[in-house]
Amino acid sequence: MSKFKDTTLKSKLVRRVHRRIVLAGLLKASTVALLGWNIRKLQIEDSEDYKLLADANRVNLRLIPPSRGLIFDRLGTPIALNEQNYKVVLIREQAGDPRKVLKRLASIIELDQKRQEKILQDMKKRSSFIPITVAENLTWKDFAHISVNLPSLPGIIPEVGLTRHYQEYESYAHIVGYVGPISDKDLDTEKPVDPVLQIPKFQIGKVGVEKKLEAHLRGRAGVSKVEVNASGRVMRELNRTQGKSGENIHLTIATNLQKFASERLKGMSASSVLIDIISGDILSLVSTPSYNPNNFVLGISQSDWNALLNDERKPLLNKATSGAYPPGSTFKMVVAAAALELGLIGLNDKIFCAGFYELGSRKFHCWLKGGHGKLTLQEAIQKSCDVYFYELARKVGVKRIGDMARQLGLGQAYNLPLTGLSRGFVPTKKWKKERFGTSWLVGDTLNVGIGQGFSLATPLQLAVMTARLASGKEVTPNIIKNSNKNTDNPKALLIKESTLVAIRKGMFDVLNEKDGTAFNFRTTDQNFLIAGKTGTSQVRRITREEREEGVIKNEDLPWKMRDHALFTCFAPFKNPKYALSVVVEHGGSGSKVAAPIARDIMLFQLYGGIPPVTAYPEKQQLEARNRLMDIEKKINSRSNINPNI
Amino acid sequence: MNPFIKIIYINWPLQILILATALFGFLMLYSVSGGSWEPWTKPQINRFFVSFILIFVMSAISISFWQKISPFCYLLGLALLIAVYFYGDTGMGAKRWLDLRIIKLQPSEAFKISMVMALAYYYHKLPASKVSHPFYVLIPLLLIIIPALIVFRQPDLGTALVIIMIGIFVMFIAGVHFGYFLFGGLSFFTLLFILFQSRGKDWQLLKDYHFRRIDTFLDPSADPLGAGYHITQSKIALGSGGLFGRGYMQGSQSQLNFLPEKHTDFIFTTLAEEFGFFGTIGLLIIYSLIVAFCIFSALATTDKYSRLLITGLCMTFFTYFSINIAMVMGLLPVVGIPLPLVSYGGSSMIVIMLSFGLIQSAHVHKNIGF
Repeated sequence: MSKFKDTTLKSKLVRRVHRRIVLAGLLKASTVALLGWNIRKLQIEDSEDYKLLADANRVNLRLIPPSRGLIFDRLGTPIALNEQNYKVVLIREQAGDPRKVLKRLASIIELDQKRQEKILQDMKKRSSFIPITVAENLTWKDFAHISVNLPSLPGIIPEVGLTRHYQEYESYAHIVGYVGPISDKDLDTEKPVDPVLQIPKFQIGKVGVEKKLEAHLRGRAGVSKVEVNASGRVMRELNRTQGKSGENIHLTIATNLQKFASERLKGMSASSVLIDIISGDILSLVSTPSYNPNNFVLGISQSDWNALLNDERKPLLNKATSGAYPPGSTFKMVVAAAALELGLIGLNDKIFCAGFYELGSRKFHCWLKGGHGKLTLQEAIQKSCDVYFYELARKVGVKRIGDMARQLGLGQAYNLPLTGLSRGFVPTKKWKKERFGTSWLVGDTLNVGIGQGFSLATPLQLAVMTARLASGKEVTPNIIKNSNKNTDNPKALLIKESTLVAIRKGMFDVLNEKDGTAFNFRTTDQNFLIAGKTGTSQVRRITREEREEGVIKNEDLPWKMRDHALFTCFAPFKNPKYALSVVVEHGGSGSKVAAPIARDIMLFQLYGGIPPVTAYPEKQQLEARNRLMDIEKKINSRSNINPNI
Repeated sequence: MNPFIKIIYINWPLQILILATALFGFLMLYSVSGGSWEPWTKPQINRFFVSFILIFVMSAISISFWQKISPFCYLLGLALLIAVYFYGDTGMGAKRWLDLRIIKLQPSEAFKISMVMALAYYYHKLPASKVSHPFYVLIPLLLIIIPALIVFRQPDLGTALVIIMIGIFVMFIAGVHFGYFLFGGLSFFTLLFILFQSRGKDWQLLKDYHFRRIDTFLDPSADPLGAGYHITQSKIALGSGGLFGRGYMQGSQSQLNFLPEKHTDFIFTTLAEEFGFFGTIGLLIIYSLIVAFCIFSALATTDKYSRLLITGLCMTFFTYFSINIAMVMGLLPVVGIPLPLVSYGGSSMIVIMLSFGLIQSAHVHKNIGF
């Protein structure tokens, strides 16, 4: 019985074991099914997402910086170039002992202890295969030295990059400007952000044409798609999209003239603008003192920057377009034109100058003590009589003077790719009320009549005004060649030809008639006669007491208090081609200081080079020869200067 | 019977499936080493073929011999566990390896076999009437829990849990009353609850890194570059494989070193990335067929020892691959369990091949008797 019971128990257990093995098998099968289901979800359902993630893991985009567009002058002479920047990098994993390698390198090129420590520190922060820049901007000699010694410098790799170089150091600084390493602030203002800006120390335009035409000059970055492994090492290049180099820019500037003008203005705080009176092409635009833009390319030192910033002659300012000065007597053409257009005065009508103009109890003085006597309009321009223009301004009124000023190009900013363009200023009655809360007085109009008081003009605007008077056309200046197709045939001004002829004749007499304010600075070449207008703009007010005691001579005043000297002209008189303005800050009188400079620059342009001394009046020829030879020598020697300053 | 003739009765489909799986492994190891026989493929092939021959040798030896030495195997296994506890090599914060000069052995792996042998022996000898008797339930429980505790102290939580799981499984197959398992299951979950309660207290029962692993398991994205990195990268590799994979040796995740332990525990991800859904499901089917053939073999045997031995060892094999695959998919926390016959590694390879030797021996002798 017991044995039988045991047997049934045993067979019962056997069946139970069977059952449980099958049950376990089913459990295993369902586990496998669960795993399979999960694999299906990962590999089929969500596969696309994971593929993207895998690519994000493995693919890195490396930017290939585009080469920046070059800047040329009107004849194709390069002004801003991309120069090869010789540098060496060090790769830690190939160096063995980087400290030793750096020490050895220091025996070949200059590499002080501090810099070595900095490199070693940088290296520690990065993966061992990342190249670290050891030295930049090496001379070809140093670079060659390193290349020869490479076998004893493991891990050192010589590389050639591109960096901006400005061929004409100082004379173009205010036009072309400069590039510099991108700053965080630049990144904030750039929207949308160009990926190329992510490249550390990428050079972007900071000032001038480099800044304003950044979009054209920069080009598009190429992209190299590389595969990287988990630690970031590049395994291979997957594909490469070629970038696009920046566009080249051709300026309207003529380099030889630009250099001559720069040299002529050297030592002064001055500016000059010479433009073609039909096309408006700016052939020369100079502001002195200048600076070397190459110092900014790799980042300027704080002390150099402070020196530029604190210089009272403001080398960083482009005075030709950003400097706004009271136009002084050069404004008299505007008043004359307005009066003639309105028929308020005839060409033969005369006004008497007694040396002052009485307005109620106030006396408005003429620059010539004792007065000019009776004058026609032509004579008034020639002699720059103040009283005549007080009278005329009063007749025309400030509104109509303003209208004429605007028509002649004052009080407006031109569309030029330059930074810090000043609009100048043409005052109105409404403006004075808003600005000072006082009404416009007749005295204000008188002051405007002789270009003092509230009105302001930049040297560029004066040149444009003169160009418009000389051509009778609405000339607009441009600095980029072929930028404006309409410039070759600008529309005519709404000014009668007879008015223009009268004013031109007055300006001709300034230089070519005995009593002209710039008679001393006439030319003797009959083909190249110059017509112009002097101007002196007061920086300080001359008090009544001072006038009675005798006006202090400009030369005896501190520099900052002296008058600005202005001169604007066009030439040749018979067949006008060019307009030129010269402003010398605190230079004294326009007739003495600005006119001779203008004559030299204008003659240089007319002759296409250093003018012959025969173009000068006999008595001045010796002095002119010395001056011109000196400038010529300086220009020639400067072009041989070693570019690595 | 002539031992050479016995080979005819071997479970040939099983043997071929084992070979097929190993070939999968060689292929993957060749790929993860960047198309080279060194450093992993060649030693793996050598090891495999030596142990493949070992299966034939073992299957020719009578199952009664294996049955007789079972208790000694258990004692030897236990002795090795204790030895590794005192003399083992420390690696990654745990003492798991025993350097036996010829081979670096992981006794906790080998112990799984000897435990299955001992339990099968125990139930083979135990009269059917005593199977569910509480005292006779306690004895095998101790046989399981004591070594599991030693392994846990190494510390190797994963293997300890697997040992317990396999042991309990053998007891279940042996026919112990269902109530015990119900009770055991309930107390297990209670223990789990207490374990989590202990976190951060001075009586904390698990090491911090255990808890961290559980955390990453529960939310791998919380720390994608830290502890969750492995699972995130592994899932990317799996998912990016798609239906057909990226092509042999074309898997960016594995070829570019984004995968951790790509030649050992995470080799499944390389397979998934390079061969896609077809590759992974293919391997899963081969594994399932191995398990299925073992189950058929177990059902066909007449004595209890063979039956429990085959089922237990088959379960060991099953836990290996199912836990590994679940782990790389992020379904289970990362525990150091290799993909059987595919992952590089001598210790696990030998243990798996030994267990197949025993399974084949049981299969060969099922009709021959003792």
